[in-house]
Amino acid sequence: MPLPAFQDLAPIYPEIFLALASMALLMIGVFSRDEDNPSVSWIAIAILVATGALIAGQDAGARELFDGAFLADDFGRFMKLLILAGAALAIILSFDYLKTAKILKFEFPVLVLLSTLGMLLLASANNLISLYLALELQSLALYVLASFRRDAVLSSEAGLKYFVLGALSSGMLLYGCSLIYGYTGTVGFEGIAAVLENTDRSVGLVFGLVFVLAGVAFKLSAVPFHMWTPDVYQGAPTPVTAFFASAPKVAAFAMLIRIVQEAFPAIAEDWRQIIIAISVASMVLGAFAAIGQTNIKRLMAYSSIGHVGYAMVGLAAGTPSGVQGVMIYLAIYIVMTLGAFACILAMRRGDSDVEEIAELNGLSRNQPMLAFMLTVLLFSMAGIPPLAGFFAKFYVFLAAIEAELFWLAVIGVVTSVVSAFYYLAIIARMYFQEPAADFEPMTAKVRFVLGLTGIITLFLFIPIQFLVTAAETAAGSLF
Amino acid sequence: MTSWPILSTVIFLPLVGALFILVLRGDDGAARRNARYIALWTTVVTFAVSLLIWRDFDPTTAEFQFVEKHNWIGTSITYHLGLDGISMLFVILTTFLMPLCVLASWQSVEKRVKEYMIAFLVLETLMIGVFCALDLIVFYLFFEGGLIPMFIIIGVWGGQRRVYASFKFFLYTLLGSVLMLLAIMAIYIQTGTTDIPTLIAYDGFSEAMQFWLWIAFFASFAVKMPMWPVHTWLPDAHVEAPTAGSVILAGVLLKMGGYGFLRFSIPMFPLASADLAPVVFVLSVVAIIYTSFVAFAQEDVKKLIAYSSVAHMGFVTLGVFTLTAQGIQGGIFQMLSHGIISSALFLCVGVVYDRIHTREIAAYGGLANRMPIYAACFMLFTMANVGLPGTSGFVGEFLTLLGAFKVNSWVALFATTGVILSAAYALWLYRRMIFGKLEKPALANILDVSPREIAVLAPLVILTIFFGVYPQPVMTVTSVSVDKLITEYQQDLQNAEAAARPQPDLAAAEEN
Repeated sequence: MPLPAFQDLAPIYPEIFLALASMALLMIGVFSRDEDNPSVSWIAIAILVATGALIAGQDAGARELFDGAFLADDFGRFMKLLILAGAALAIILSFDYLKTAKILKFEFPVLVLLSTLGMLLLASANNLISLYLALELQSLALYVLASFRRDAVLSSEAGLKYFVLGALSSGMLLYGCSLIYGYTGTVGFEGIAAVLENTDRSVGLVFGLVFVLAGVAFKLSAVPFHMWTPDVYQGAPTPVTAFFASAPKVAAFAMLIRIVQEAFPAIAEDWRQIIIAISVASMVLGAFAAIGQTNIKRLMAYSSIGHVGYAMVGLAAGTPSGVQGVMIYLAIYIVMTLGAFACILAMRRGDSDVEEIAELNGLSRNQPMLAFMLTVLLFSMAGIPPLAGFFAKFYVFLAAIEAELFWLAVIGVVTSVVSAFYYLAIIARMYFQEPAADFEPMTAKVRFVLGLTGIITLFLFIPIQFLVTAAETAAGSLF
Repeated sequence: MTSWPILSTVIFLPLVGALFILVLRGDDGAARRNARYIALWTTVVTFAVSLLIWRDFDPTTAEFQFVEKHNWIGTSITYHLGLDGISMLFVILTTFLMPLCVLASWQSVEKRVKEYMIAFLVLETLMIGVFCALDLIVFYLFFEGGLIPMFIIIGVWGGQRRVYASFKFFLYTLLGSVLMLLAIMAIYIQTGTTDIPTLIAYDGFSEAMQFWLWIAFFASFAVKMPMWPVHTWLPDAHVEAPTAGSVILAGVLLKMGGYGFLRFSIPMFPLASADLAPVVFVLSVVAIIYTSFVAFAQEDVKKLIAYSSVAHMGFVTLGVFTLTAQGIQGGIFQMLSHGIISSALFLCVGVVYDRIHTREIAAYGGLANRMPIYAACFMLFTMANVGLPGTSGFVGEFLTLLGAFKVNSWVALFATTGVILSAAYALWLYRRMIFGKLEKPALANILDVSPREIAVLAPLVILTIFFGVYPQPVMTVTSVSVDKLITEYQQDLQNAEAAARPQPDLAAAEEN
């Protein structure tokens, strides 16, 4: 097959730029004299911003490359911008942490960039092979990041656990892909969809789809494939956890949505049942298991499991408005999550991190701004209006009701009341209890991320129309 | 209609005041004093502006007035505000009670004064917004958003078991409300709009759908009201909340339930309302009788008033669902009057609580000897609570019972026993606290009400008597809107009957 001319590659320019730039950045890191050079991180942020600008500057509409392996469309662009924003904010959060932990190495931003590249490709992957390759590029970089603090036992454990279970899930995914290929004779999503249109579905194909969904559910940390999440969230360095909780979730959802909506619309009844089951299990477990947690990073892990469940409610609807709801949910979710992790990073006493929730007692006295912002974020995660999290839940449940999934919606809102309990418990500690010892003052970068995410969460209800329209357009490109 | 957006002004004025307090520096005496004065002036100005609404309000039309409408999310969900005869007085009630709340907290709140005042001002914005909203989503935003400041108010400035009470308040109300949210979504999907006037005129909901939507809205409003058996959060919240928090809870937040029935349940789901009215009657009568008995047994004066509130709210639901002009007018009047009287009672409790810091009834006795003015005020409000003719409490109860009699005399009979019971527990409370010998050493040097406290209680005394003797201003405002509500309701019922009738007629014709 002849290579396409360079100007025909325009849809993939951003990814090419990111790939070249991250390799160049690696060279800069290797050849610069001091190993802990923060300017590498700044350049990485600039690269992410530039990539974002390239993506935002692309023409609307869908274009395929490489025989349909790569698809640049509105849906992918929306997800990619979210991924880039999550990655950039995670790097901003990492500076000070890495410096105090004495692991400020140039590899960190480079690894973040490489996994981000994997995620961008994942959001555009349009056949099973490019999907798998992109997923592995993302995951391998993430495994290393999880154990980045290699002298800490928990961090190494997190990396190992993530690697073993991640490899297992990749294996399942790959097995599912092979079954799908075997029963349809094609790897392209359009091809699979076309085969399913014209023939009855076979059990083997559904079997393959189940394996693929199980693999994806691992990456998403959806129940029942969530077991690694609390340990990895707790063990990984906090900025890495912030990164895990934001960008890869978006990428995994992009992959999931593309698989089920582009390749398997014909057997929607089959995969919708699976998604509904996963969604209910995630919402319930996320709500109840978080109640007993004392470590705030573990709590965030269960909280994220719950959020994945809510986002899946939209997907379970299997409609354009459902996908739109998922996208709105993800956009708001990464803002809230990064804000919450900025707060966790602000919990420092002397040179050590504080992760016990009990240490937040009376925070509103010592650091009223931090306490206020965390309160806003937590109320938002609980879905209390007029904060952003309310609109996230609103649009997914709206889609569920439209698809007449009334029981799913009722379970969703009831579990969101249950989860409100543990968010409230943190707020109650900060406001109703007597102060514990003070934290270190926030660093400028943490304050920036916290301020940005807090303000977005607080005031998103005013320009919400813009997000709704953008998600609508993007979701429309899939149908 | 004026071009100046007066409703938005009233809604967001308190928020402006909150911003001013937010930029105050320091936590010394001066900052606290400034915070108090800013809050007081903000609430007074808001009240003054809201009086302009009453002045310009046209009671001869049932249309929504002072309407503001701007696109928000697409064209289907809009920022739509407006008032009619049902909602207008609740706005006035809210803005009227707020300055009193600020004054009542003048000395009793010493810690975190800035945050306290900010929380109250934000709450005021949200409460006014609830009554002005003419879009379901906007309504829900204000309705639910109010939980946040109230949660903080109970939890930070409350009594011993404040954390428990704040959680109970928040989670109970949230659970009720999320079901309403699902109903709102279902309405939006069927009709493509969340505009309240459009939905009131809309009658395309099937009877089964009306039933479920009615239940979902009922779940929210019954908790908020609160109706038996979901009232149990209220005594805890009332007991633990600071005085001003109790005033707002009893005075305004409880009214949102009744308001919701009038604004949504009856006009939007008339068939379901007609079908389910008996259920509401039963729950109301149980609430009236049962909570009156429970009130007897209370050792805690705030808890007693809280249970009495539940009983009085029973009259409201009873009156509203008689679906007669008297019943609904009486329900609205009862809500307004209860807003005044129960607020006044909580303020009275706050007066003595500030002095000797206990809510136990047994700790008091013989207060009349040292506090004659206080005893007189308390007497008036107790009598008003009982429903003595000549006080505003009488008018509401009388009208609701009148409405109930028209519909079902048994219901009216049982409800009337509640009046007797309320007289019993209220007078007994009064005797135990105010009369008798002043024997408790803690009370030996207790002082009568201060000028500030008189300033708080005096407007309530005046209004209680004024509306008791001359309820006409309230009736004038509400009557046209209530008439429209009932006419449309009956129209809807007739249409439904007419739609149901042809079938048996046809069958009969065929047989012939």
